[in-house]
Amino acid sequence: MFHNIMQIISLWALPAILILILTMGLAKKVPLYETFTDGAKDGFKVAVNIIPYLVAIIVAISMFRASGIIDLVGQVFAPILSKFNVPADTIPIMIVRSLSGSAALGVFSDIANNLGPDSYATKLSAVMVGSSETTFYVLAVYFGAVGISKLRYALLVGILADFIGIVAAISVCNLVF
Amino acid sequence: MNYIFYFLIVISIVVGAINGKLSDVVNAILSGAELSVKVAFSLIGIMAFWLGMMKIAEKCGLVSLIAKIIKPITKRLFNEIPEDSPAIGNIAMNFSANAFGLSNAATPMGLKAMEELQNHNIDKSSASNAMCMLLAMNTAGFQLIPATVLAVLIGIGYKNPTEIIAPTLLVTTIAFVSAIVLAKIFEKFWAPQKKDGGEQ
Repeated sequence: MFHNIMQIISLWALPAILILILTMGLAKKVPLYETFTDGAKDGFKVAVNIIPYLVAIIVAISMFRASGIIDLVGQVFAPILSKFNVPADTIPIMIVRSLSGSAALGVFSDIANNLGPDSYATKLSAVMVGSSETTFYVLAVYFGAVGISKLRYALLVGILADFIGIVAAISVCNLVF
Repeated sequence: MNYIFYFLIVISIVVGAINGKLSDVVNAILSGAELSVKVAFSLIGIMAFWLGMMKIAEKCGLVSLIAKIIKPITKRLFNEIPEDSPAIGNIAMNFSANAFGLSNAATPMGLKAMEELQNHNIDKSSASNAMCMLLAMNTAGFQLIPATVLAVLIGIGYKNPTEIIAPTLLVTTIAFVSAIVLAKIFEKFWAPQKKDGGEQ
């Protein structure tokens, strides 16, 4: 029920926003076409502005993933985490989900396909991937767009919140599944 | 960020060398750099589209209308930003788009908000408290329905995929609220920004 309602809202959210913006613009006699193209001009500029920040973060993370360190850290933490009923297969997701969204989704797909729908690992990793955003990517894009390189406490908050999210995912899944 | 950048690269090289994966690590430089440009360029079209739409929304007063509606909440979270600033309206639209899983629209709206927050920023090279709060809201990844995850689960024949929605929503809410609380705490205790590049 909730899922169906949400699906309808998700489907209609964009079209509804577009109709609302354009209708209100027309009613207020805003020159729609000129204003649109004027605003759209910045699209290229923003995308080009973020390239240096993206290169820094994506190259560093690609190297990190290629080095095999994630498996290594996984092996170190596996005995501790197994006490909390955390399957070893899901540990890479915890490390990778703040770094790379596509990698986290890739690991999750592997787990889901190999261990199947009934396994606890599939459920736990589904919750961990579904409840997260790629912190490093978001920081690079948002601060890159306005040319800010001193992040102050933004990174720390992002990482701490990700950690809390992982702890919450483990606790909630332990209770529910 | 300086330390993280150093740590990620140096530890990758060292561990890669020990693991015998040094050539993979070196190749990752090229593929990573290529991927960054691909990601940036794939954003151009959709970014242009939403920045265009947002300009209309701003001119016709829709953005400031939304800002007014959510004023009671944003007043607390973004207390340094004037209540009627278009930044607030953009932040609200960024949050709603994220919540409904419309990340294509959410990013341009968030970047528009960043641009306006930058106008209020006293030091253009460092993050203001308001920016850190906006980033906290975004990095926590609050989303009502995890659509991509559901698609994977349905793909492997998961009988009742909707049963993960409630736990996911609970976890993402916990992370989201903690991010906001943490940002508020750090705002109090972190060294404040100095005017124009004095910090660090």
